[in-house]
Amino acid sequence: MKQAFFYSLVSLFALCLFVSTSRAQSIEIIKYKDLAQIISSESDQNKVINFWATWCRPCVKELPQFLSLYEKYNTENLELTLVSFDFAEDLETKLKPFVERKKIEAKVYLLDETDYNSFIDKVDPSWSGAIPATLMIAKGNSKRKFVEKEFSENELEKVYLNFIK
Amino acid sequence: MMKKNLLLAFGLVAVAAVLFASGNKEVIVSSTDGFGVGDKASDFNLINVDGKKISMSNYESAKGFIIVFTCNTCPFSKMYEKRIDQLNQKYEPKGFPVLAINSNDKSKQPGDSYEEMIKRAKDKNYSFPYLYDESQSVVTAYGATRTPHVYVVSKKSAELVVSYIGAIDDNHKDANAVSKKYVEDAVDNLLEGKPVKTTFTKAIGCTIKWKEA
Repeated sequence: MKQAFFYSLVSLFALCLFVSTSRAQSIEIIKYKDLAQIISSESDQNKVINFWATWCRPCVKELPQFLSLYEKYNTENLELTLVSFDFAEDLETKLKPFVERKKIEAKVYLLDETDYNSFIDKVDPSWSGAIPATLMIAKGNSKRKFVEKEFSENELEKVYLNFIK
Repeated sequence: MMKKNLLLAFGLVAVAAVLFASGNKEVIVSSTDGFGVGDKASDFNLINVDGKKISMSNYESAKGFIIVFTCNTCPFSKMYEKRIDQLNQKYEPKGFPVLAINSNDKSKQPGDSYEEMIKRAKDKNYSFPYLYDESQSVVTAYGATRTPHVYVVSKKSAELVVSYIGAIDDNHKDANAVSKKYVEDAVDNLLEGKPVKTTFTKAIGCTIKWKEA
């Protein structure tokens, strides 16, 4: 009896472990055509796409604003996507540990491209290529806004709410 | 007297309102600020890592310059630093020396201080001047937004004309896999007296670390 209790405890523990690890997201390596799909796909949600990298200081600095935006509006039509320019060889050693450490639940992709000039204008003609940069697309692709800068403290939520008004 | 005070108070409120409104205004850095291709470029006078000040007017026999806004810390800058050196080795003798400029604010990015620039230039044996734009006046005038961000300028009569703006090439990861050498092609065109074929390109880069306004 005691043994059965022990085994059930162990299996419960194993189950917990399984559930918690399966919640950690797998990060997909994508190309520009996949990004184009993410940008243009029909959606009844407001898309916010942030371009960043773990090595980009201002990006990491503004990231908490995106994470709290996600927490607050994820259930209210916000679809947040974090597109990282980390290098593919750093996926396991840098990006994944970072995403786990920060407990990021929003979808993270690693955009592995070389010919940047071929697609920057297609994301937005006003983008010079500097990161951080953020693209907002209202539901049903009704309007869009591109911002090439680091949001100052508490600015992102205001800009987002103003945009979806 | 009462009326005067009222007027003053009204004035103060108006000024505060204007300040408040402009403070709230979104400042979006646009790539159209600064110089465009064909514009006359301004000269500068910046301190090099050897302690001496440099201006383009010091180079009397130069045909033009490869101005590279770069820094110590950005991974793209690091990936390109050898290629920047090779550009200088190849084109300085032909009259197009590289002038590298670091404009990052050291309080935002301590690794980009003047002292760190001196170390980096020494460690990596830079063959080109590495200039410190501490006031950010040069990067503001040129309108560079990221590192590395290249401006090729060429001398036409006595004027410096912006002839190419953009990336060094089309593959940051692997110099051997490059298919378009934008800067080399632009300088080659200029040396042959031909119009520059590709005058503007974009690349992902680290944003310039601007001083707090």
